[in-house]
Amino acid sequence: MKARYSIFSLARNALSSHENWPQAWRSPEPKKEYDVVIVGGGGHGLVTAYYLAKEHGITNVAVIEKGWLGGGNTGRNTTIVRSNYMWDESAALYEHSLKLWENMTKELNFNVMFSQRGVLNLAHTLNEVRITKRRIHANRLNGIDSEWVEPEQVKEWVPIIDLRGNGRYPVLGGSLQRRGGTARHDAVAWGYARAADALGVDIIQQCAVEGFDIEDGRVTGVRTSKGAIKAKKVGVVVAGHAGVLANMAGFKLPINSRPLQALVSEPVKPCVHCVVMAGAVHAYISQSDKGELVIGAGTDAYNSYAQWGSNPVTEDTLAAICELYPLFRRMRMMRQWGGVVDTCPDASPIISTTPVKGLYFNCGWGTGGFKATPGSGHIFADTVANDRPHPIAEPFSLERFKTGFLIDEHAAAGVAH
Amino acid sequence: MAQRYRLDKGGRIDRDRPVDFTFNGRAYQGYAGDTLGSALLANGVHLVGRSFKYHRPRGIFSAGAEEANALVQVGEGAATLADLKATQVELYEGLSARSVNCYPSLDFDIGEVNSLASKLFPAGFYYKTFMWPQAGWPMYERFIRKAAGLGEAPLEPDPDFYDKRYAHADVLVAGAGPAGLAAALAAARSGARVILADEQHELGGSLLSGRDEVDGKPGSDWAAEAERELRANENVRILPRSVVFGYYDHNWIDILENLSDHLANKPADAPRQRMWKVRANQVVLATGAIERPLVFRDNDRPGIMLASAARSYVNRWAVRPGESAVLFTNNDGAYAAALDMKAAGIKIAAAVDLRAEAEGELTQAARDAGIEVLAGHGIAATEGHKRVRRVKVAPLSADGRSLAGEARTLNCDLVAMSGGWNPTVHLHSQSRGKLRFDAELATFVPDRAVQAERSAGACNGTFGLADVLGEGFAAGEAAAEAAGFSVEKAPRPQAGNGKFLPARWLWLTPSSKPVGHGGKHFVDFQNDVTAADLQLALREGYTSVEHVKRYTTTGMGTDQGKTSNVNALGVVSEFRGVPIEELGVTTFRPPYTPVTFGAWGGRDVGDLFDPIRRTPMHSWHARAGAEFENVGMWKRPWYYPKAGEGMHEAVQRESKAARESLGILDATTLGRIDIQGPDSAEFLNRVYTNGWKTLKPGAIRYGLMLGEDGMVMDDGVTACLGENHYLMHTTSGGAAEVLAHLEEYLQTEWPELQVYLTTVTEQYATAAIAGPNARKLLAELTDDIDVDPDAFPFMSWREGTVAGVWARVMRISFSGDLSFEINVEAHNGLHLWQTLMNAGEKYNITPYGTETMHVLRAEKGFIIVGQETDGTVTPVDLGMEKLCSTKKDFIGKRSLSRPDMQDPNRKQFVGLLPDDPNEVLEEGAQLVETVKSQPPMDMVGHVTSSYMSPNLGRGFALALVKGGLHKHGQKVYAPMPGKTIACTVTSPVFFDPEGERLRA
Repeated sequence: MKARYSIFSLARNALSSHENWPQAWRSPEPKKEYDVVIVGGGGHGLVTAYYLAKEHGITNVAVIEKGWLGGGNTGRNTTIVRSNYMWDESAALYEHSLKLWENMTKELNFNVMFSQRGVLNLAHTLNEVRITKRRIHANRLNGIDSEWVEPEQVKEWVPIIDLRGNGRYPVLGGSLQRRGGTARHDAVAWGYARAADALGVDIIQQCAVEGFDIEDGRVTGVRTSKGAIKAKKVGVVVAGHAGVLANMAGFKLPINSRPLQALVSEPVKPCVHCVVMAGAVHAYISQSDKGELVIGAGTDAYNSYAQWGSNPVTEDTLAAICELYPLFRRMRMMRQWGGVVDTCPDASPIISTTPVKGLYFNCGWGTGGFKATPGSGHIFADTVANDRPHPIAEPFSLERFKTGFLIDEHAAAGVAH
Repeated sequence: MAQRYRLDKGGRIDRDRPVDFTFNGRAYQGYAGDTLGSALLANGVHLVGRSFKYHRPRGIFSAGAEEANALVQVGEGAATLADLKATQVELYEGLSARSVNCYPSLDFDIGEVNSLASKLFPAGFYYKTFMWPQAGWPMYERFIRKAAGLGEAPLEPDPDFYDKRYAHADVLVAGAGPAGLAAALAAARSGARVILADEQHELGGSLLSGRDEVDGKPGSDWAAEAERELRANENVRILPRSVVFGYYDHNWIDILENLSDHLANKPADAPRQRMWKVRANQVVLATGAIERPLVFRDNDRPGIMLASAARSYVNRWAVRPGESAVLFTNNDGAYAAALDMKAAGIKIAAAVDLRAEAEGELTQAARDAGIEVLAGHGIAATEGHKRVRRVKVAPLSADGRSLAGEARTLNCDLVAMSGGWNPTVHLHSQSRGKLRFDAELATFVPDRAVQAERSAGACNGTFGLADVLGEGFAAGEAAAEAAGFSVEKAPRPQAGNGKFLPARWLWLTPSSKPVGHGGKHFVDFQNDVTAADLQLALREGYTSVEHVKRYTTTGMGTDQGKTSNVNALGVVSEFRGVPIEELGVTTFRPPYTPVTFGAWGGRDVGDLFDPIRRTPMHSWHARAGAEFENVGMWKRPWYYPKAGEGMHEAVQRESKAARESLGILDATTLGRIDIQGPDSAEFLNRVYTNGWKTLKPGAIRYGLMLGEDGMVMDDGVTACLGENHYLMHTTSGGAAEVLAHLEEYLQTEWPELQVYLTTVTEQYATAAIAGPNARKLLAELTDDIDVDPDAFPFMSWREGTVAGVWARVMRISFSGDLSFEINVEAHNGLHLWQTLMNAGEKYNITPYGTETMHVLRAEKGFIIVGQETDGTVTPVDLGMEKLCSTKKDFIGKRSLSRPDMQDPNRKQFVGLLPDDPNEVLEEGAQLVETVKSQPPMDMVGHVTSSYMSPNLGRGFALALVKGGLHKHGQKVYAPMPGKTIACTVTSPVFFDPEGERLRA
């Protein structure tokens, strides 16, 4: 086990001017062969490797990452965590995840700053009220915390909001998940990397996959920019490029890849105390612990692998923010960026075996993958280890696009796809 | 004494226009032309802020956009602005500013205790602590959040408004320093349309701060002449106070223009800022360069600033930023600052030069001027709490990594430092242009351009003024030529060509102790990131530059690393022993400097946020006291309460009247798409599930439209208006989506079809009259339409005159009763409505809104797409399988053949009758077959619509229930908080199941 992090270790290390901290993870050269290679060093991939080692005894594992770990959507999202999804299948998945979030800091001995400050989803039209209530009732009967809040309660949670919405988008109420909140996204990647590394997982950065070795319909390894690596099994978790890797393996995925934008303001003293999502006008906002307003925008209207979005999307989002929070008009955007999201037709992910034996895909999380990070990795590890879908993963197989058993979460998914 | 540090003469301030302002509650005076920064310095105020983490006292450190320390809150109340850089705030009469992030005051800031315990707060300390107990994090977090943040958001709505504007340019020039002015002149002379934007209020850039001559006259005079020429050219648009902040695809450039922030009396009727969205054929980037600080022990004390800033304050603002200065440099160029300061009467205690051999034109000039040059020396330590008081200077070892001799103390109140220059490559990088590390300049310069842009001058790594001007002219000429203009090459102006080289690149100045063991070597001033923090990150394995940045937060402050990024890379490079060019750079993201949210929103707020659509009858509804519902963009009457009525009472009354005698509904909002062309019937056949080839002119048919996934996406009736001519109706909210869907198929999948779609939603107004007396009323108002049931059967339309105007009357029904929808030209809508109301009085004609419409259609079991359906419902689920033709293909048909679509246990459309007739189920309530004492419970369906029906005399509902088509008569339960509601599954048709009233 690595040196534990605590106030005492901080104090101790302060005495030696912090020169004796160990590496959080090694940077090894790849071995020739692994039992499992996980492609993609984002949150989901690192969690997968962690649980392969921790719960399935598979420690001869490599995570290979094209760039730097946590550099994809893990490090680009607006860090919202919640589990109040509508359908049973999704609720099971995200609630499984939320439970893991609640113990993540302790489990990893790494403060991921999981902040259960509450997530409010506003309803601005009668139809939204109907859909929101339907979701709340479903959550309630699934044992997931979720409650209807009247406009006055919304105002208590978000004192700065304009409930009247100029008469155009009045706040008619909303759903509140108190257990929802935010987390420090980078810390999630780093915490799992450190924990996986401690269990013997090799994390190999700057190592791009160039192809798969497939013999008799079974994967035998990956070809990478650092040479060929043999593997008994390969799990692919590459948000934004799942379609590209599926092509390399010889099959297609029902996925659209589009840029999704986010932006932050300059930091100010606390003024937004929970996460507020307004689907009708497309304005999501929370405030980071550093004081920046963190704002999620929409996806571009066209497919692209560019990690930046188009201007009109920013304009629409900030117009909506100005409308709901007229006092933020004077705030200033400090930085904007984009990531590529892989979206399935039903706005639900794919956690699945594939036409290639020994090759597994975990993808299609669309705009909402961050919240699923621990749960997704946990059940994907189980799926990879046992060569069959974890029970929670079963409905999310590739098969559903053939059978038609779609889990359409457009109504619950945050960002309109 | 007022403006004690103001020079008697010189500068670009207007001594005839004194300006009063306050800072932290104290009154001061500056001059027009000052920034808040220069005015504070003129009054001897150096301490202006506190750092983010350690709350160390900080002073003004730059003279521009790169300022990391001097952040201020300007103005109070609704108009307050957070986190402004004092170096960018133009002074105006009455300006009031205060420091951010200090409590209770700037002078005495409690947060400074952090500084004492700073050893406990290295980079990323928060990842390693605040973990016990895990449940304690919310408490820790509250504390951290309070401590974080800089300024304060306003607490009242913004009183100002903002504008946006599109513009096109043949050549856009970003930056109006020497290179930008030259480029603009060259391009403008060719006849090209030029936009020249600069973030400052005066054009001239570095020419305003230096003492360089161009063509034998002061550089600022040359700039003024250039501006005069440009202003005289009608093809040129000059935008001062306008920062080019974003460079997007296809040469889309965003500019933020400040219009009134600098005015004491801000006009109420003019926008505060304007965002320009420019499409430029060619772009010339002339954004200059930013000086690098030096990284040395305790390099953050007030009074330590960039050498170029000190020079600007002296030359441009006629301010002495200190009485006794030490120059600390690694290059020759910085001596210009020492010379100018000396000329302004500032004592130069010494020039501390990291170069072992301090050489160069300016270095020599400094020596000649009697300035002591300490070559091969570094500042090993600084002292002074709220202002630097002295520095310790020591000779360096040959490799520059350690001290090699006794330190000597120099008293000073100003340290002007220069670590070289970073070209402002932000926009080039935003445009996806590549960067290249230039070893001679030890920084990144533009490499290959990806879009139609070129960099000129300092932002291109070119530093001699003559070269800068030459490159500017050349870039302007090349840009104009590329934009299709013929160019005559102009003679280049004469100017000196001194560069800031030679230099010595030493990223970290050693002190008496190793880095991290004593004092702080700041790299990022705002975020309090030190060289030791960077080393810690590397030691812990955060080796990628992105990891270093995110772990330490270097470069993530409001200045976005303008002065820290390259130094951070240098420190990382040295510690890792990897050349900088192999480290890569973090991505430059827009905006270059922070941009107001309001400017992004522009006028798209308030009434214009999402335009409100009103029907021609809206005024009547409003006068009748209707409550409105937002449906799509429309305002639709929801219900018409009479005195004393609530929604329930009104809806009961309306529903009853419409069934018993006559109701009237404004149905104008339905989407209408005019479809013409020889392949129209074929097209309808493909987009709707049912067949259309047999529909004759005069007839109407209901259609279901599916998405590719086989799920219902829209429904409505389509009338055959003539041969190859149809009028499609969509749901009110779905009109735009349906049109886009249809156009996408026409344009991408079936380009061979000759079909033309036109949206005609707003061309017509529609009044639907429904109820047993509908025919009588219609007959009274028309002479030329035979309303006899045989002549005008259900699902047909007739054209004629109603209420004296042209009308197309459709005999269709959404209420389940005899009903006519009377369409007239939109401008006749109100006339029609009033005529119907007057004539219908004898039948107790009752206007009803969407709520009653919902009740009536639900009684009849008619679905509303988006309410009964949610994107997961097939026609089979709705019991509308018969509408799916087996003889032809249609969008979604293939998906319907998937095995799950045939699953008998899919959620299907049913009616529900609560056991208690007075019960009205909540819409969205979930249904179970087996009630458990606590969750989880297996849900079998949910309530989609639910009402109290006066006609049925009870509450009823529509629902989707698993296997529901075969469960009529069975019980389901809605477990609500506090009670469980038992219901019976029924057919969804509660009223007139045989359709006799419909066809009457």
